[in-house]
Amino acid sequence: MNHIALKMLMGDTGKYLGIVMGLTFASLIMTQQPAIFMGILARTYSFISDTGLPDIWVMDEKVQFVDDIKPLQDTELYRVRGISGVAWAMPMYKGLLKARLADGAFQTCNVIGLDDTTLIGGPPIMLQGNISDLRRSDGVIIDIDGLNEKLSKLDADGKKIPLKIGDSLELNDHRAIIVGIAKVTRTFQSQPVIYTTYSRAKSYAPKERKLLSFVLVKAIKGQDLDELTRRIREKTGLAAYTQQEFMDITYNYFIKNTGIPINFGISVLLGFIVGAAIAGQTFYSFTLENIRQFGVLKAMGTSNWTLLRMILLQAVLVGSIGYGMGVGLTALFGYAMRHTILAFKFPWQLLVFSGAGVSIICMLAAFISILKVMRLEPAIVFKS
Amino acid sequence: MVDAVRCEKLVKIYDTGGQKVVALNGIDLTIKLGELMMLVGPSGCGKTTLISVIAGILDQDSGICELFGENVNAMRSKDKLQFRAKNIGFVFQAFNLLPSLNAAENVSIPLIINGVKRAEAERKAIKVLEQVGLGDRWKSFPSQLSGGQQQRVAIARALIHSPRLIVCDEPTSALDHVSGHNVMNLLKEVALHEDRALVIVTHDARIFEFADRIAQMDDGHVVKVTP
Ligand SMILES: Nc1ncnc2c1ncn2[C@@H]1O[C@H](COP(=O)(O)OP(=O)(O)OP(=O)(O)O)[C@@H](O)[C@H]1O
Ligand SMILES: [Mg+2]
Repeated sequence: MNHIALKMLMGDTGKYLGIVMGLTFASLIMTQQPAIFMGILARTYSFISDTGLPDIWVMDEKVQFVDDIKPLQDTELYRVRGISGVAWAMPMYKGLLKARLADGAFQTCNVIGLDDTTLIGGPPIMLQGNISDLRRSDGVIIDIDGLNEKLSKLDADGKKIPLKIGDSLELNDHRAIIVGIAKVTRTFQSQPVIYTTYSRAKSYAPKERKLLSFVLVKAIKGQDLDELTRRIREKTGLAAYTQQEFMDITYNYFIKNTGIPINFGISVLLGFIVGAAIAGQTFYSFTLENIRQFGVLKAMGTSNWTLLRMILLQAVLVGSIGYGMGVGLTALFGYAMRHTILAFKFPWQLLVFSGAGVSIICMLAAFISILKVMRLEPAIVFKS
Repeated sequence: MVDAVRCEKLVKIYDTGGQKVVALNGIDLTIKLGELMMLVGPSGCGKTTLISVIAGILDQDSGICELFGENVNAMRSKDKLQFRAKNIGFVFQAFNLLPSLNAAENVSIPLIINGVKRAEAERKAIKVLEQVGLGDRWKSFPSQLSGGQQQRVAIARALIHSPRLIVCDEPTSALDHVSGHNVMNLLKEVALHEDRALVIVTHDARIFEFADRIAQMDDGHVVKVTP
């Protein structure tokens, strides 16, 4: 009877496409929106994950996430260096500064100051130049996306010309010369990232008593990290987190304190409801339209159980196609957007999530149809 | 020899929200194997209700309806389904072919319901379509066939599983005179034989000549059976 079920379904092309499109829509929304959501959340901590070398980040107790800078006094660096179990500890400056471009425009940039001698905490990938070029006077390294987008100049035709090595810009009236181009993972704020040395960053930053943002710590080999963070906390009164902890804290801050999860949650829910409504409604009206055919099969001796399996098969077929198309479109979307500012992350768990969503919709749609057909009196076949 | 159908004091009352309609009011009727019985009577007298009960797709409220000596109504619902699938063929006024299946696929449905493999069922379907004169049209969909041809496909479907009883409700009233005659010829020549009975409900006086016996109904009763 399976081939009959499938032919019945596909015989009605309009309805069939309607159901599949409803499910595709639902599946697309339920996959694509969470993918963007997860992409955005991953960006919140991408600066931490990009900075791979240190084991532990030390900062002010009140810091809630990576962009929430509460500066420390430079002397804290030496206190941390004195703690047993610490292999090395390096200063890091992180702050938003206004850069003045050649055409006089201003752009807020995320300026990172690295320890002058070791340059620890630098960008994960250098595209042009070398990180040691930062030692040249006024040298800065800028991320490629910043150069191509927010820091680019417009030529006479309105085309963007990216800044290149050797070009200069002004940070707080100080000259900065581009000596390298890096690739960094996009961050939540999507500001251009400017790497320079710690002492030069201090000269760019507005004069303040405290300018040290983080102390980056490497533990000696074999040192238990939890124990070391506890020791640093006790000895200095500062907060100390392993890299993973700091990422989690940042991530949780965004989950708890921004409207992002709610907004995406609402999108996903709407996708589910609209998809369920369209697909469920079309599927049910498909069943109603074919009720006479089901009646004929029933009169001729088809059991309710067989009819149930036929309807389930129809639901599974449209569900699989809709799901596949939705997921496929999402993947295409992600692929098309891979070089843009759009956040997008597509882990396999998302496939399970939207798959479950589409399955629920199909089961609901099939369920009301099955009820209808089960209760159908076969005697309707003689009604004209 | 056992009778094909034996109805005794059959009563069927429709209850539509408080309003009761007595559709069958004590029907006594016997249909023998090998005969073509026509049910005639004014509209609303209960003809369709009667063949629905006979075919086992509607339960009576009281009385007995035996098919080939068996009380189908008393069977478990699973056995009833199987009995119906094996023993009854249907022909409808509105043909009731599945529009997305071709002629052979439509005709094969009763065999498939009886558990025959699809390929074998469709092979047999083409043979039966040949018997009704549509051997070359087995690939056609219902929408590509005339009304008379569709009814012939429906007759092939009613025949394919060799049922012992075929019930037809107004099989000719959607057809013109010539097609109607062809369909009746087919039912009489191909469908009817000594191990099988046909019950045909009709308004169509032009086809009365095909009947072996005619049961005249009125207001839920069989008032006269001729001859
Ligand atoms: N499902 C139903 N619910 C309620 N009443 C019904 C139902 N089916 C039939 N009836 C009523 O039962 C009576 C007999 O109906 P039935 O369809 O058996 O008549 P019929 O002889 O086949 O008529 P026709 O020649 O018009 O087809 C009618 O009064 C009809 O209105
Ligand atoms: Mg009728």
